[in-house]
Amino acid sequence: MDTALVLLILSLFWLLGSSSIPSLIRVVGYQGVLLGVLPILAYGFEREVLLVGLSGLAVKGLIFPWLMQRALREARVTREVEPLVSYNLSLLLGVLVLGASLVFTAEIPLPAAPPSHLLVPVAFTAVAVGLFLVVARKKALVQALGYLVFENGIYAFGLAVLPHAPLVIEAGILLDALVAVLVMGITLFHINRTFDSLSTERLVQLKD
Amino acid sequence: MDSLIALPAITAALAFLTRRPGLLYSLLVGTALIHFGLTCWLLGQPLPPPSAEWIQIDATGAMFLLITSVLFLMGSIYAVGYLKREEAGSRTDLIEGLLFKNAPLSTFVGCLLAFLASMTLVCLSHHLNLLWIAVEATTLASAPLIYFHRHHRSLEATWKYLLVCSVGIGLALLGNLFLVVAGSTVSELASSPLQLSALVARAKQLDLPWLKLAFVLQLVGYGTKMGLAPLHTWLPDTHSESPSVVSALLSGTLLNCAFLAILRSCEITEAAGIGAYSGGMLVALGLVSLGVAALFILNTRDFKRMLAYSSVEHMGILALGTGLGGVARFGSLFHALNHSLVKATLFLVAGNLMHSYHTRTIARVRGLMRWLPATGALWLGGFLALAGSPPFGPFMSELIIFRGALQDGRFVVAGLFAATLALVFIGMSRAVLGMAQGAPPERPPQSEPGWSVLPPLLLLALSLVLGVYLPEPLARLLREASAP
Repeated sequence: MDTALVLLILSLFWLLGSSSIPSLIRVVGYQGVLLGVLPILAYGFEREVLLVGLSGLAVKGLIFPWLMQRALREARVTREVEPLVSYNLSLLLGVLVLGASLVFTAEIPLPAAPPSHLLVPVAFTAVAVGLFLVVARKKALVQALGYLVFENGIYAFGLAVLPHAPLVIEAGILLDALVAVLVMGITLFHINRTFDSLSTERLVQLKD
Repeated sequence: MDSLIALPAITAALAFLTRRPGLLYSLLVGTALIHFGLTCWLLGQPLPPPSAEWIQIDATGAMFLLITSVLFLMGSIYAVGYLKREEAGSRTDLIEGLLFKNAPLSTFVGCLLAFLASMTLVCLSHHLNLLWIAVEATTLASAPLIYFHRHHRSLEATWKYLLVCSVGIGLALLGNLFLVVAGSTVSELASSPLQLSALVARAKQLDLPWLKLAFVLQLVGYGTKMGLAPLHTWLPDTHSESPSVVSALLSGTLLNCAFLAILRSCEITEAAGIGAYSGGMLVALGLVSLGVAALFILNTRDFKRMLAYSSVEHMGILALGTGLGGVARFGSLFHALNHSLVKATLFLVAGNLMHSYHTRTIARVRGLMRWLPATGALWLGGFLALAGSPPFGPFMSELIIFRGALQDGRFVVAGLFAATLALVFIGMSRAVLGMAQGAPPERPPQSEPGWSVLPPLLLLALSLVLGVYLPEPLARLLREASAP
């Protein structure tokens, strides 16, 4: 379990430091697979746990990366990430956030102990990294990927409280994320067709 | 009650299957009518006591359901006329003169109906994660509505809306999970940790630090969607670029849905005895929203953006009243109703103005009263109502909130509230009076068809009635909703 979480942290740093969009998409896919396996590692082979894990794995590990790959192919954009904040600074911020999450978790522990003491800090770091990618990257496609990482973080935190949450709700949240990504995908397609680029630099006309 | 949600969801699915305009229009208006009828029937029944159900109706939900249903009915009537005018094919953009197409009619009607279904679910859900799913669904259903006119500005607005609101609401989901953590030591909550009635009943046993964090995340998350400053950045763009009928629904019903979600979190914090903590935050956010909105209203040159900032202002008033509690809470719920009626009126009228004058610039609309007497009168009346002039409803509700602040001895809050309202009044009156009077333009504007005047007229008349006379059943509903 801890190995999987450490891999998750490494994937987050990869997302912050990598400059090629295809590799970002691949890494987000690996994250999805990890998140699908995590509940089984944490709680064993129970029916409900298997359902949550496998559906998460299918949606986050297979469907999302496939949709993003398609968006990338159709858009035929350059593969450069185009950061607003440099890769080195992004990585440094990532480390700081990880440290802050560790401190926070030590300060305010969960009332009921989670399956691994690394789970909560890693989840918070993923949330923060996702938010960071949304605001600090220019391309709309990368922002959508950032949203996925953000969702992954929330999902990981959800694992800490999985024994308390009913299955229907997990399914609903997953479904919502799926539709969100679909709608974003369609919007991305239109952005690309209208502007001939996926950069949000041209989405700056509306202001006061 | 389930049929209230199922009906628009099913008709939405049907709308995607057909391309015949006549059928789509009758689907839209028919669904709105039946939805309204069902809502009235439901409100006629005595409210059931709170239970462990995930979907149930209480006074607060009933009030927001009523607003949604009335506004959607009026909006759908307006939408039919609007869509008939927006015939298919390429059209010239009003602002920049470029060519664009509209989204397919079936998509638009289908998304409108899906939007109604998701908002109904928001009003009726009593389970916080179900509520979250419903609020996120409203975002997803309304995004294609904003991108009805397919050009680059509406696209920019849609992208901002999608991304900012999805991320915002994601934080609210994290807040829900924190709430699960806060309740994880309470054995009675183990079976259904986010059911609202159960949470309120056991609120005292929740773990306080996690509960506070959960409230902050929910406030930030749903506050983004509600348009509270400084989280409002998506709102002016979205409201100014979407078709007027969509703006009316977004402003009049969608913002309320987010407000309802915040009210639900407040129910829990108040039951847990930290009402002062959550209330203080709401008051602060409310005052910031009022201030930011007042500054932008004074400076804007675009009348749809002016209305959008006015929504930020009024959401600020709602947050302020809720945070103050007591009488002000009653006033704030009453104000939600009044604001929805008036703001929808004004956005619909703004649609008429754009059609006649081909502009959104305040300075280029002149001589309204002369050329379009009905629209002009509605624009003027709507402005008076919105700015809080007697005898319209918003005046009454703002007065109640003001009185609530004074009774609490919160004189600074009351003073800031009054000062920002005065600023907004100055800013808006300068714009609106100039538009209504002045030298008429040379080009005679088009006529005013009945469908474009009647729905806003009815809404404004309702607001006028509420200002003078509050019917007893409605007053009882508001009292029950505001008393925890």
